[in-house]
Amino acid sequence: MANLTINGKTLTLDVEPDTPLLWAIRENAGLTGTKYGCGIAQCGACTVHIDGVATRSCGVSVAEAEGKKITTIEGLASGGTLHKVQEAWIAKDVPQCGYCQSGMIMAVAALLNEKPKPTDADIDEAITNICRCGTFQQVREAIHTIASA
Amino acid sequence: MNKHVSPKMNRRAFVIGTAAVGTGLAIGLEIPFGGPAVVRAADGSPEIGAWVVVRPDDTVVIRIARSEMGQGSLTGLAQLVAEELECDWSKVTTEYPTPGQSVARKRVWGDFSTGGSRGIRSSQDYVRKGGATARVMLIEAAANEWKVPASECTVARGVITHKASGRTTTYGKVAEAAAKLTPPADVKLKDPKDWTIVGKGLLRLDTADKTTGAMTYGIDVKLPGMLNAAIKDCPVFGGKLKSYDEAKITGMKGVKKVVKVGDTAVAVVADTWWHAKTALEALPIVWDEGDNAKVSSESIAKWLAEGLDDGQPAYVGNKNGDAKAAIAGAAKKVEAVYSYPYQNHATMEPMNATAVYTADKCEVWCGTQNGEAAFAAVLEASGLPAEKCDVHKVMPGGGFGRRGQTDYVRQAVMIAKQMPGTPVKLLWSREEDMAHGRYHPITQCKMTGAFDANNNLVALHYRLSGQSILFSLRPEALQNGMDPAAFQGVAQSGEAAFGYSVPNLLVEHAMRNPHVPPGFWRGVNVNHNAIYMECFMDELAQAAGQDPLEFRRKLMGNHPKHLAVLNAVAEKIGWNTPAPQGVYRGIAQVMGYGSYVAGAAEISVTEGNKIKVHRIVASTDPGYVVNPAQVERQVAGSFVYGLSALFYGGCTVKDGKIEQTNFDTYNSMRINEMPKVETVMVPSGGFWGGVGEPTIGVAAPAVLNAYFAATGKRIRSVPLRDQNITFA
Ligand code: FES
Ligand code: FES
Repeated sequence: MANLTINGKTLTLDVEPDTPLLWAIRENAGLTGTKYGCGIAQCGACTVHIDGVATRSCGVSVAEAEGKKITTIEGLASGGTLHKVQEAWIAKDVPQCGYCQSGMIMAVAALLNEKPKPTDADIDEAITNICRCGTFQQVREAIHTIASA
Repeated sequence: MNKHVSPKMNRRAFVIGTAAVGTGLAIGLEIPFGGPAVVRAADGSPEIGAWVVVRPDDTVVIRIARSEMGQGSLTGLAQLVAEELECDWSKVTTEYPTPGQSVARKRVWGDFSTGGSRGIRSSQDYVRKGGATARVMLIEAAANEWKVPASECTVARGVITHKASGRTTTYGKVAEAAAKLTPPADVKLKDPKDWTIVGKGLLRLDTADKTTGAMTYGIDVKLPGMLNAAIKDCPVFGGKLKSYDEAKITGMKGVKKVVKVGDTAVAVVADTWWHAKTALEALPIVWDEGDNAKVSSESIAKWLAEGLDDGQPAYVGNKNGDAKAAIAGAAKKVEAVYSYPYQNHATMEPMNATAVYTADKCEVWCGTQNGEAAFAAVLEASGLPAEKCDVHKVMPGGGFGRRGQTDYVRQAVMIAKQMPGTPVKLLWSREEDMAHGRYHPITQCKMTGAFDANNNLVALHYRLSGQSILFSLRPEALQNGMDPAAFQGVAQSGEAAFGYSVPNLLVEHAMRNPHVPPGFWRGVNVNHNAIYMECFMDELAQAAGQDPLEFRRKLMGNHPKHLAVLNAVAEKIGWNTPAPQGVYRGIAQVMGYGSYVAGAAEISVTEGNKIKVHRIVASTDPGYVVNPAQVERQVAGSFVYGLSALFYGGCTVKDGKIEQTNFDTYNSMRINEMPKVETVMVPSGGFWGGVGEPTIGVAAPAVLNAYFAATGKRIRSVPLRDQNITFA
């Protein structure tokens, strides 16, 4: 049993403490927006915010995440309003298959929190998610659109 | 020692192949457009022909048979239907018919297969007719109600008007009456110059859910009482499962069952996938690896190299004059050997499928590029007849050709069959996905070019040695043993025709099929053929002391469309003006999937081995552009796929197994490595070419040719990782 605070709700989940947070989120909390791509912290598909920091949830155990504030893609919008990154992603038609985009959006949201007007170099450094469809050009354009809004 | 693929795999391929060409399941391809008996969608709204459903609130539901996997053709196909239907685009939504429904209706929606960049080009004609047919019926229904000739009625955005009497109505209001009409025998399609929806860079219809986590991919499917399965297949292709020690994991948390899957694999079924995977890793397994365990990358390379020798038999794919004689008598000759490795598709979402089996029904939910092939796999694996099976397509997290295969669907059914009534979701780990791909075929190529005394290219001998995809996956498509697709990009004619005229030409393929299963890998045989030919073209230009662009142009007089895209990139990149300080250029062109494409790269190189790709200009002539915004995305994405392949994409074989296990050993480029891609579309009309794949072919040779310009070094094998060349 573990208590995880996900998207503002504290859930008591029947999960072993050494389970990767990714699988606790997907299978025990039932929030499948967070994706599995590699399981070894390489691809970024599983990115969530832990206490506001973009984190690859496949590389964090449930025990480590207990007591912290976890935000998943499902919790990024507040109330009925989409986050500005989600809005820009829709307006700029960023996703192709979309599978990497939950993680991509979470990584970008964290970057913009820290640096509201990131340079290309900031983007290059902070956004290291894999996108096999190759949406990088649209990702970069959308970030700059948000930053210049 | 290199074994040909096993007969078992051929039999499997045969079932899929027959489904794909429509002889296995189909009663014949018919495109009926409704009929006097009204067919209703699930919500009760009437069909106006099989492609269009109109709801009372004027919403138009467009049926899409091909699979969306990120390439955008769901939106493009809807645009084509909506264009002819003259409906209100803001009221368009889409749905997938299931393959089971299609088969039950004599394949009313035609081919479901989505590969070969065919999604739009192979269905554009009949889906447009579907839209036009519905329009005619809807107008006729309004005209009947008003008792006026249909010819006096017009329609715009789903509103029908009879001008003389000033009456108007909407599609939603006349849909019921329209559904009862007999469809017209023939309809006339619009002239492309009158298009208002096709040709526009409209936003995709399926984006919102991809930004909120709400989109359901195969991995996200949830069914009541569902269990989860993790699987291991024999890591040596062609090997078998010998035994496993189930007692070692019984009692592990969540484990429900351990099952054998065919002759080659074992799966653990548990409450959660994490429990299933953890238990599977703890399960002692003994494999019967067989003779293929002796195969390595080195043994394959040696075998392929032998095939480059003229003395070995080869299939001739393109020929004119007498290349060998002309080479023998030439003033000067140039020779080079290139090679291309195995590569995994590495779709972002690993393979998975969810199946539920009872004696009366077998249903599967999965991402697939070919709903009908998946359906055929369900039939075969379940042993049930077509009317008791179905496949529900969900969004795939990438396809790139991998999800045209159905191995994972078959496995899911084989597991579910051992637990009747319980839905089971089978998910491959990334490691399983890396170990059991359907890899980009492995080849080598020896090219010899010969010049006369005036540096005119008089002969070219292009000799491929290596793997045939069709041999393994569609043996029925071989032509007297020859794989015609092996010549994509260097073929005599057709949708992947060679773009140069050489007086004496010999293009041949010494087929060698190692045991590693090949597959259709986005771009397929165009990828290596374009690298071989376009890099060698640069070598020939250098030998002739000529500019690479000018040298090509001289050979392209009879190939105006190939030349037009090449000229377009040359102009846009400023080929005839100096590049910025320290920046070097490379250029390449190829034809594939019915489209003409070219690419030009600007790169800089530091320390001799660190490449920065600054800028890419890509040109494409697909005949018609349905959605320029999506074409742009496919072109830019093609450079990510193609340059990832060039820099990082290599799967090596040791002891018969693939050595790479995950993205740490099989990397993919990131945003910091992404060049700016400028797309130039030059649609010349009159034909329909594909978009998703052809551009990949020019990505690598444009960069490799620029690398030569920068360093004077020719790179003749992929990936650059293995030559200690990286992104800067
Ligand atoms: S799944 Fe966590 S980084 Fe890939
Ligand atoms: S959109 Fe498909 S992997 Fe990024």
